[in-house]
Amino acid sequence: MNRIDIKRTKVLDHRKKQFADPSYKDTEYPHRLNFYSTPPTADITLEQFEQWAMDRLRILAELEACSFRNKTPAETAVHMKPLLEKYLPLDSTSSNSSELNIQRQRDHYSHFILRLAFASTEDLRRRFTRVETMLFRLRFQADDSRERAAFVRSLNLDWEPVSEEEKRELAPLLATTIGFGHGRRAQQVMDEEWCKVDWMRVPDLTEGRKVYIRAGKAYVPAREQQSMVLNAYTKRLEQALELTSRALPRLDEDDRLTPILDHLSKSFIAPDASYTGSGTAIDGAEITAGNMDNLSQHFPMCMSNLHRSLRRDAHLKHFGRLQYTLFLKGIGLNLEECLIFWRSSFRNITDDTFNKDYRYNVQHAYGQVGGDMNRRGGGYSPFSCQKILTERAPGSGEAHGCPYRHFSLDNLTALLRASGVTDRGVLQGVKEDTDSQKFHMACNRVFEHLHHTELKRAKDDGIMTAAQLDTIVHPNEYFKRSYQLKNMDGRSKQKQEGDIKMEG
Amino acid sequence: MEDAPAAVVDSPAAVDDTAMADAADAQAATEDVKPADESSQPAKESNGTKAAEIKQEEKQEVKLEDLFDGIDSDDDLSLPEDGQEPQQPELADTPGASIELLRAYYQRFFPWRYMFQWLNHSPVPTNDFKHREFSLWLHNDAVMRYQSFPTSDLFRKDVLRLMPRRIEIGPVYTADPRDRKTFRNSAAFQPIAKELCFDIDLTDYDDIRTCCDKANICNKCWKFTTMAIKVLDTALREDFGFNHILWVYSGRRGVHAWVCDRKARTLADQHRKAITAYFEVIAGKQGGKRVNVRRPLHPHLSRSIEILKDHFQEDVLEIQDPWQSSEKAEYLLQQIPDLQLRDALRKKWDSSPGRASTSKWADIDALARTDASGGLDAHSLLDAKQDILLEYTYPRLDIAVSQRLNHLLKSPFVIHPGTGRVCVPIDRNNLDAFDPLDVPTLPRLVREIDEWAETEGASRAMAAVEVSDGAAVGGSSSQDVKPVPDWEKTSLKPYIEHFRSFVATLMRDERETAVKRERDEDGDVQIKTESLDF
Repeated sequence: MNRIDIKRTKVLDHRKKQFADPSYKDTEYPHRLNFYSTPPTADITLEQFEQWAMDRLRILAELEACSFRNKTPAETAVHMKPLLEKYLPLDSTSSNSSELNIQRQRDHYSHFILRLAFASTEDLRRRFTRVETMLFRLRFQADDSRERAAFVRSLNLDWEPVSEEEKRELAPLLATTIGFGHGRRAQQVMDEEWCKVDWMRVPDLTEGRKVYIRAGKAYVPAREQQSMVLNAYTKRLEQALELTSRALPRLDEDDRLTPILDHLSKSFIAPDASYTGSGTAIDGAEITAGNMDNLSQHFPMCMSNLHRSLRRDAHLKHFGRLQYTLFLKGIGLNLEECLIFWRSSFRNITDDTFNKDYRYNVQHAYGQVGGDMNRRGGGYSPFSCQKILTERAPGSGEAHGCPYRHFSLDNLTALLRASGVTDRGVLQGVKEDTDSQKFHMACNRVFEHLHHTELKRAKDDGIMTAAQLDTIVHPNEYFKRSYQLKNMDGRSKQKQEGDIKMEG
Repeated sequence: MEDAPAAVVDSPAAVDDTAMADAADAQAATEDVKPADESSQPAKESNGTKAAEIKQEEKQEVKLEDLFDGIDSDDDLSLPEDGQEPQQPELADTPGASIELLRAYYQRFFPWRYMFQWLNHSPVPTNDFKHREFSLWLHNDAVMRYQSFPTSDLFRKDVLRLMPRRIEIGPVYTADPRDRKTFRNSAAFQPIAKELCFDIDLTDYDDIRTCCDKANICNKCWKFTTMAIKVLDTALREDFGFNHILWVYSGRRGVHAWVCDRKARTLADQHRKAITAYFEVIAGKQGGKRVNVRRPLHPHLSRSIEILKDHFQEDVLEIQDPWQSSEKAEYLLQQIPDLQLRDALRKKWDSSPGRASTSKWADIDALARTDASGGLDAHSLLDAKQDILLEYTYPRLDIAVSQRLNHLLKSPFVIHPGTGRVCVPIDRNNLDAFDPLDVPTLPRLVREIDEWAETEGASRAMAAVEVSDGAAVGGSSSQDVKPVPDWEKTSLKPYIEHFRSFVATLMRDERETAVKRERDEDGDVQIKTESLDF
């Protein structure tokens, strides 16, 4: 991206210029949407810095969750609307809201703060670009069509608007590209906003003969412009993040921001960061090394596969141990019990070998040893589905990963049967889900099948809220929910007691 | 490498001594082994006599032109000469003869200068030419890929040394293709430009042409190519704004298009795919409905139908008569959407077997009009008729050629080894007059040049004598008369002239845009004119 004009006012004395405090003119926000090409320059407080960023992050995390849950764009829009109004309101220019400027400023600043937080690694950059594009698309679609057109014009995307005369002249030809059927569409042509771009900018539209092309120029109707704007947005953001990441090392002069940024990017890495330590232990559950075989019935396939492999081979390879240890940590197994669990599971090795080769890794995962950062952070977070699905596919002899994704169909079916899923309909559904890469759906399908009586009861009795019955996107969530459903009696009793206490 | 030849030799040094010797050995040992890709050559019984004839002609030439000094002129003279013209001219299989004929062609007819200018886009050698890949198919079926030549002369010299029976043109690379192995990472050696190419092959029309099949063609089915050229040429010019489109006869049964505009040459694969898909209408395998286009019709398609409808009526319905047999007619019936109409047509056609396609086509509308129930959907019938028209006339492309930047394509002006015809450019303004069966062949060229020497050459000599005798004709003395290039003495003349003017326009355009670019970069014309003074 080329360097945008620096909004410095002229300092007349050149000798002073070098050391003078830069002064900026106030950024104006004529449009609701923003391509974020100019960085913010005004001062904000530290509280604002953190608060704005957290609010935006909440929105982005929710958007990502929506995509994991395979929500359609329409469902997502409905789901996000109240959240957006609460955390990141952005009114249209025509609304004449008095908050207009502050809303847009917050949007602008929070975007750039998160850029700083998420530029550091390739993985973060990719995810950030993805969700920011989703957010942009959501807003772009919701925007008033006139304001959207004004915004698109302001972008200078090198589009030539098609004049009214040209539209009229080409109407019959243009009409063929914007609809089906034999009806008359001349009026539609005139109502639509058209623009001319080089056909090479829209190869996908050219390929499908979805646009009229004349002399190398494609005539793109407004509704197809969306994909072009989004492409441009994504491309610019990717480039800008790349530049930001190179500039990051020079940020460390400020020790007020770095911890905030660190914290922000951490909470994005693990949306379910609450699964650390024993804080999430489920009341009444006996989570000990000795009880693992019993509890393993509540494990999702990825973890119960690890458990089976461990029992069969009395061993697990490194990434299998890591994935499993963190999961156990997440369900509330404390370090001592965890060490006992691993020691007793690796029954073919000597104490010496265990202490030398394995103890340290378990302690490290719990944050007991290792660098300062690791200890302060309490070790690693349990892996989310996202991480298990996308990172480190298992090699031969390794048992980690997600069975729905990494297993062949035969092996997956065998594993499911062994876990008590024998219903043909369910197995067929799982096959379809995995074929269409919807691994979450497959996992949730199995969950629903295994718990369908309990789920029905829970729903009927209103014990669990809709949010609690939402799609599972974390192995620890699977365990927690499975355990709660299977032990509903105890739980509902407890709840009732609690209610009574409250009243009393 | 796509064609997987018998052996690939890509180091010129190796070819010098060993490969050529191998070539000679291999051919001497198996004299009548067919080249791998010429699967359907006509019968070869008469080869011996033809070879003799050709030699005869060559022998005369040796006296006249004193160029063919490599031929043992005593060879084969005893064979009787029956004076019969070869119907299907063909290169003689005797290695000596074919290589010598080819040498004569490369030496005397091949338009080196214009080929160089065509690929170089400027009179002085640029990287457009120097980094261009050529691949040479030798007579032992070996293919030398990644050949490149710094100048036109060296190109000519190497071709004359190696005598390839086929020359293919590849892309321009970021560096000299001969140096490609010296780059450690592949990123440093990438194709960056090639003409956008299209390939139409009449074998793809086998299910709709009734006159010929496989590699055979006649003037009737050649019309399919004519239609295809019209449609593609119009669309490339009007829609995509390309101006420099060279159509080349591929020597046997198809045509190639070379779109040479700078913008076309630098297209990325993604964009080549997009254009190819834009042109693709006939999909799927034989059997079943092959045309599936969205309604309303895209402007490109409605325009194409306008271009094609007359051809459909004359060249397809009348000449090809595609629905003559009842089984083909049944295929047509399957495309009629209305079941009642379909049955009525079937009944009518069954009662008069052998009814001509033109009448059958007219029957569809005639019966549709008399449809009493009125339940006929006129729109869907029209759509179906348009689909049928497209299926029987719309260009069928070999998409692999167009989609990839680094796909090689046979060069214009090489000799097709099977037919002996020169791959000549086709003038699109005179498209209907082009007769693929009348394209000059190598033996014919040799013969023509002899005839020229006998008639024209003699009269010129006379004229020259008259001039020197003192008849004062201002300025044009015999010394000033330029030697006529050999191609001008033959039927190759109009084709090379067409190519020359095509190249000249291309170069002029290229020069203008180059100047414009420079001006844009400098931002000041003044500087440029100053620098010109040096």
